[in-house]
Amino acid sequence: MVKITFIQPDGTTQTVSAEEGLTVMEAAKMADVPGIDAECGGACACATCHVYVDAGWREKTGAPSDMEEDMLDFAFDVREESRLCCQIKVTTALDGLVLRVPAKQF
Amino acid sequence: MTAVESAGGAVPNELGPIETDVVIVGAGPCGLFAVFELGLLDLKCHVVDILGKPGGQCSELYPEKPIYDVPALPIVTGQELTDRLLEQIKPFNPVFHFGERIDGLAREPDGRFLMTTDAGKSFLAKVVVIAAGGGSFTPKRPPLDGIEAYEGGSVFYSVRRMDDLRGKDVLIVGGGDSALDWTLNLQPLAKSLTLLHRRDDFRGAPHSVNEMRRLVGDGKVRLMIGQMTGLDGDAGVLKTVTVKTASGEEKISVDAMLPFFGLTMKLGPIADWGINLHENLIPVDTEKFETSETGIFAIGDINTYPGKLKLILSGFHEAALMAQAAQKIVYPDKKVVFQYTTSSSSLQKKLGVK
Repeated sequence: MVKITFIQPDGTTQTVSAEEGLTVMEAAKMADVPGIDAECGGACACATCHVYVDAGWREKTGAPSDMEEDMLDFAFDVREESRLCCQIKVTTALDGLVLRVPAKQF
Repeated sequence: MTAVESAGGAVPNELGPIETDVVIVGAGPCGLFAVFELGLLDLKCHVVDILGKPGGQCSELYPEKPIYDVPALPIVTGQELTDRLLEQIKPFNPVFHFGERIDGLAREPDGRFLMTTDAGKSFLAKVVVIAAGGGSFTPKRPPLDGIEAYEGGSVFYSVRRMDDLRGKDVLIVGGGDSALDWTLNLQPLAKSLTLLHRRDDFRGAPHSVNEMRRLVGDGKVRLMIGQMTGLDGDAGVLKTVTVKTASGEEKISVDAMLPFFGLTMKLGPIADWGINLHENLIPVDTEKFETSETGIFAIGDINTYPGKLKLILSGFHEAALMAQAAQKIVYPDKKVVFQYTTSSSSLQKKLGVK
């Protein structure tokens, strides 16, 4: 299992065990991580699983695809480290990954 | 995102449900034309829509935007199309229930459908036609503190009348076709027009992007790359918008702000009506456009079948075929004689042709 830590805007942290091959969004939903709405269910058709990738992990998670960039237009307070976590696959290389949940999804 | 609130004013029917032949869910172009096709076959319709007026997306999102692919109308705006349809269906006296959403639907022992709205109204109908487009939709609201107070006065998710923005400092936010189209349309009449997008890359049609860039080059449109972080104003009147760019924060003067962050389309209560669904669409056959439930039909953007195209003209065709099947449910013993409006005295009488 791969450990992924979510940091809420108020600073609280939650570390979840994620199965390889799932998406980070699916792992977050299974563990009921607050603030990961994922309205479209992982189709990259909304922008409600928006996260900020913590410094040091951005190379390993990679850059968003064109489709994900387009969808990020519909997110709020998008930053360079923004990703839609339904588009990040859980791999052993991501063990220890730290993600920040934005203050708002919309 | 919450659904559009009921416009209110609806009185729960104390005398029991409204009985009718057909209830149409959705007053967009397909729902309106269904009234016509059903009317020709003597079926009475009640039409329910969550929006406060007819036309669906045509009148709510792009009333002034031209449509080019409606047969025999080389160019027609969404509002004109709606108005013409309303005129066309007038002889059949449909009853509209705006600002209401049908929440519950259940089949009665006699085979009819009992429906209830969020305003407490109820209907008893032999046939249900779902013409709900993309479901009950609402534009996405940017999560800026206090934005609700400016909505309708300074913040607009659609443009009803372009003239209302004449001489104003307009800010358009977004990077798709809506943002670009309104930038091009409003630039000539706005006092100033700023287009704000989070990146210097646009999703819109290349022609619109080029046209926008030309206006930017000519100094007629200001293009800002950044994001909104705050709104300031007074008593519902917007004064400035704070924009965060690569070079820091800037407050710009804004009278009217148009955010285009897409829509949230929600199927809503239709999902609970016991109809088979496929990816939020309703599978139908292509003979009657009937759903998995006998007597419940689905036409327009909300249905799916092999080869489906989400075009208004396809929805019109679907309405015509659906009406034939609906007639057999409402008048099972009636002999169906196919007739043309051009030559049939009986159809012309229904249409009020003198």
